[in-house]
Amino acid sequence: MEFFLEVLIGGLLSGVMYALVALGFVLIYKASGVFNFAQGAMVYLAALSVVGIMEWGAPLWLAVILAFAIMTAFGIATEKFVLRKLVNQPPIALFMATIGLTFFIEGLAPMIFGSDPRALDIGIVDEPIPWILDNWNMVISKFDLIAAGVAAVLVTVLALFFQYTRIGRALRAVADDHQAALSIGIPLQHIWAIVWGVAGFVALVAGMMWGARNGVQFALTFTALKALPVLILGGFTSVPGAIVGGLIIGASEKLAEIYIPPVMQDLFGGNFGGIEGWFPYVLALLFLLVRPEGLFGERHIDRV
Amino acid sequence: MLYREAGQFKTSYAADQQLFPIRQDRIGLILLLAVAFLGVPMFASEYWFSAILIPFLIFALAALGLNILTGYAGQLSLGTAAFMAVGAYAAYNFQLRVEGMPILVSFICAGLTAAGVGILFGLPSLRIKGFYLAVATLAAQFFIVWCLTKFPWLSNNSSSGVISAQNIEILGYAFDTPRDKYLLVLAIVVLLALAAKNMVRSTTGRAWMAVRDMDVAASVIGIRLMRTKLLAFAVSSFYCGVAGALYAYCYLGSVEPDGFSLDMSFRILFMVIIGGVGSILGSFLGAAFILLLPIFLDIALPFFAGLFGLPFSSATVSHIQILVFGALIMFFLIVEPHGLARLWQIAKEKLRLWPFPH
Repeated sequence: MEFFLEVLIGGLLSGVMYALVALGFVLIYKASGVFNFAQGAMVYLAALSVVGIMEWGAPLWLAVILAFAIMTAFGIATEKFVLRKLVNQPPIALFMATIGLTFFIEGLAPMIFGSDPRALDIGIVDEPIPWILDNWNMVISKFDLIAAGVAAVLVTVLALFFQYTRIGRALRAVADDHQAALSIGIPLQHIWAIVWGVAGFVALVAGMMWGARNGVQFALTFTALKALPVLILGGFTSVPGAIVGGLIIGASEKLAEIYIPPVMQDLFGGNFGGIEGWFPYVLALLFLLVRPEGLFGERHIDRV
Repeated sequence: MLYREAGQFKTSYAADQQLFPIRQDRIGLILLLAVAFLGVPMFASEYWFSAILIPFLIFALAALGLNILTGYAGQLSLGTAAFMAVGAYAAYNFQLRVEGMPILVSFICAGLTAAGVGILFGLPSLRIKGFYLAVATLAAQFFIVWCLTKFPWLSNNSSSGVISAQNIEILGYAFDTPRDKYLLVLAIVVLLALAAKNMVRSTTGRAWMAVRDMDVAASVIGIRLMRTKLLAFAVSSFYCGVAGALYAYCYLGSVEPDGFSLDMSFRILFMVIIGGVGSILGSFLGAAFILLLPIFLDIALPFFAGLFGLPFSSATVSHIQILVFGALIMFFLIVEPHGLARLWQIAKEKLRLWPFPH
């Protein structure tokens, strides 16, 4: 039972990390209807620029600020030079453009900051919390717990931003209906620039968390693949969906990794590890069969 | 002047409904086929066959399969490479386990196996649409590759799932040189492309396009959604499966599951997009573009580096290659979102009037 709880909590905490990446997807999809596949590459770019700037001798806080500036500039440039030219194209063209953007970043980022894997030290160590280890005999990583806290703060800030600020309201208006938002005088292009800036910020937070945990390396771009099942489970348009989806995916993935391979081994023989590559997808797929819009997605009504 | 249908009167239904109604098109196609079947084998070198022509044809076939699904039936799929893997492994197992099965029959069976798997993973499309479906097809991508790695029976107990294709022999003739393999691949691809061209203008193809444009409206006018969508998945996977079998047997010779990666699925999707969504010709143009681009960059980048006196390391060159690839894809989407096939169409319209513009 303790072992089960330990795996469950570990999974929930890693689910929060997935949710961090998924948040970036949701923000952009909500505001502009673009399925931004490049979010994973943006996480990589953000983490790499923090590490790269620190290598040039800057302290952590300065590196983070500069990386934020880079991400914002990059987001705005993307909006201006790519997406604005693709207005009124079918969503698949926009999606393809973001895959192109993924390649672009994957080439550009290591060219500027170097491609060898590096550690990112943000002052949190990845070790079990002694108090929990003593009292309940469970290994809960301090780092994961802090990451969960960061995600919680981030979501709260974003929720408040969307709910109570002028810009946040404008963002929600744009998300609802581009035309209507334009007609009441909301500057669409400023709003999109802001959204890409915010998505860059989320990518920066996710990049620092993932980078500090696993090292800053090319594999960071694959965080996008971890975030996609979270996204379809929670719904493309819902911020809370990203969090809840992340928790479900994280927990079930870790539990499945522990409990399913031995069963399959008994049935077929051989080694069946590494199911976490596909299990979240199949889980999300089965879930979609029941609720095609995900947990919190907007119900889609077809009109002929 | 040269290219127009003026004066070509159709006097029978058969003539009116033929695949290429304009005589110049037919002549052009026959010339092209003659060059491909007779001219190329006489002059091309071994490098051309095995590094450019064979992969071009195979990827064009896979892109054609994806184009049927995405371009005609409107179901976005990111699992193309996995269906190719199913085809490759199925062909291998049919050859291995069924005594004396002719290779062409096992290619067809490989395609049918892939079609079956495609139907299975196409089932969610009845409930899920758009990007949700695209992400769901990733399940196929990861699950199939994992299965091929983990179930040793599928790869005849070889380590990490690597299979080596058996020799190809048809009616006692061994296809072992690159030129023979090229001709075999070419014949299969031409047949399947003609079949596809026919299929998309038949009832089936029209039903696919109706579903693509709006599936609710299509079902209202009496198109059976389930049949149409699943058929699209089956036909598309059949093409991808055959392409996968050819990929293993005629191109690489030995393949491993991890070779059929998500990256490959994306490349095939790029071919469809760059070539032209919903166009048979576009699949070929897109495959040629995506395959030739890296080769071109390989040659051009060191040249430019030398020109400007920049010391590029090989790592930098590979980064620039990825960067330029991504940039070109965005550029193409912005400049010509309907793909290369559209450029060809515009050129044909212009040719009709040339050289007198009125």
